[in-house]
Amino acid sequence: MPILPFCTLDEIAAGVPDGAKIAVPNDPYGVAVAATRALVRRGPRGLHLVCLPTSGIQADVLIGAGCVATIETSAVALGEHGTAPRFAQAVRDGSLRVLDATCPAIHAGLLAGVKGVPFMALRGVIGSDLVARRADWKVIDNPFAPGDPILVVAAINPDVALCHAPCADRQGNVFIGRSRDLMRMAQASRETSVTVEAVVDGNLLEDRDRAGATIPAAYVTRIATAPRGAAPLGLPGHYDPDAAALARYARAARTSEGFRAWLDEWLAAEAAAA
Amino acid sequence: MSVSPTELLIATVARLLADCRNVVIGNASPIPGSAALLARELAGGAMRLTILGSRRHTDFTDGGVETFDRAAQGRVDAFFLGGGQIDGEANINLVGAGEYPRSDVRWPGSYGSAYLYFMVSKVILFREEHTPRVFVPRVDFVSAPGTSPAGVHRPGGPWKLLTGRGLFAFDRGRKRFSLESVHPGHTVEEIVANTGFDFDRAGAVPYTSEPDAHVLGLIRGRIRDEIAETYPKFAAGLAA
Repeated sequence: MPILPFCTLDEIAAGVPDGAKIAVPNDPYGVAVAATRALVRRGPRGLHLVCLPTSGIQADVLIGAGCVATIETSAVALGEHGTAPRFAQAVRDGSLRVLDATCPAIHAGLLAGVKGVPFMALRGVIGSDLVARRADWKVIDNPFAPGDPILVVAAINPDVALCHAPCADRQGNVFIGRSRDLMRMAQASRETSVTVEAVVDGNLLEDRDRAGATIPAAYVTRIATAPRGAAPLGLPGHYDPDAAALARYARAARTSEGFRAWLDEWLAAEAAAA
Repeated sequence: MSVSPTELLIATVARLLADCRNVVIGNASPIPGSAALLARELAGGAMRLTILGSRRHTDFTDGGVETFDRAAQGRVDAFFLGGGQIDGEANINLVGAGEYPRSDVRWPGSYGSAYLYFMVSKVILFREEHTPRVFVPRVDFVSAPGTSPAGVHRPGGPWKLLTGRGLFAFDRGRKRFSLESVHPGHTVEEIVANTGFDFDRAGAVPYTSEPDAHVLGLIRGRIRDEIAETYPKFAAGLAA
């Protein structure tokens, strides 16, 4: 008998224990913002955030709220709204361990995680100061063509992947469209928690047009419904980012007092909506 | 018709892209994006163009990783990179100023630079702010090196550097920039004073050529309308 994964946002938050290694996608492709709000309310400590391959407001809020010990990312920025202020402050304070990466290296590490192999090779990067800072990256000699140095990055297998998608069916299959990074994130992670705009009738895997762009239920641990669950970020084909709301965050988060006031208001809004 | 600094940069980048057939534009790059749309228009559509962050101008179906996988086999001719700091050997720093890891000024991070700088044949460094704090003698952190020792697989690398004051070419063998042209309204002396590294230059450096009325009309019309889908604020600032 299949275990149906449908649950609440609070149960998704409860599925991220202290110290968990949690994988999140980048801004345009399905960031689970509503679930992040539930997560901040729970207040986990010591999270290791793996950004595929960058993050924005989600990482900045989690860092500002004191939930993150380590961030593995190629960048944290608020897009057109500038640098991520809580991230930059935590770097200056020395309160955040940053595993600085470059985008394809995170993709490669996750792909190794999908394949169940210990590492993946990647061109480029040699000579970057990133390499010396990463104990989990090494330059080796190409075993097939000696004298050809090449970077290898260790596999990444997150504890939980957390993302937002357009819809799921009642069997627990999740439609992701062209956001294929979410599929690899789910495959590499031990558990996957997804929020969706809606639950639909029928079986996505029996829909020939959508089956190829669907995460099978086998990879999916929890699903919660969260309409506009990526807002103020956007969801491709559904809604655009809310530029005014993002600009307001960027301004507020410049100071820790401003961030705290923004956070209180944001958390209260969720309580009212629930 | 007077040409604005932004229009000059768009037209200059479009000229650089004239021979490119596969161009990818990264995030937060309205001027390169506009320039690539212009170059495609001037090439009669003979350019495959992907603008990250645009829904209309992307044909990727395999997620964000496709940018890098396409570059991996040489399917991308040109890409743009910037940097909080750029030095005379074309090393770029997107991580932060000061001593890593507790950088005094922390920037977003290296993005795909440490990969694409190696794999894309023509990387155009683009940074409007041309000041000594950007163009430094030596970057504080090498996100991506300008050159690599013999033996390191590197089909691509830095090709040009375009700033708000001038256009440089990069010689990968000599590891040096040379000033190709100065934008109208600026001078060689001013560029020397605002560049923290030494570079080559001829006795007389020409001015960067300005776009003609036809190109200017495109920038203010069709290109402005096209880029508005991705960068509405930027498009609104382009004169009608």
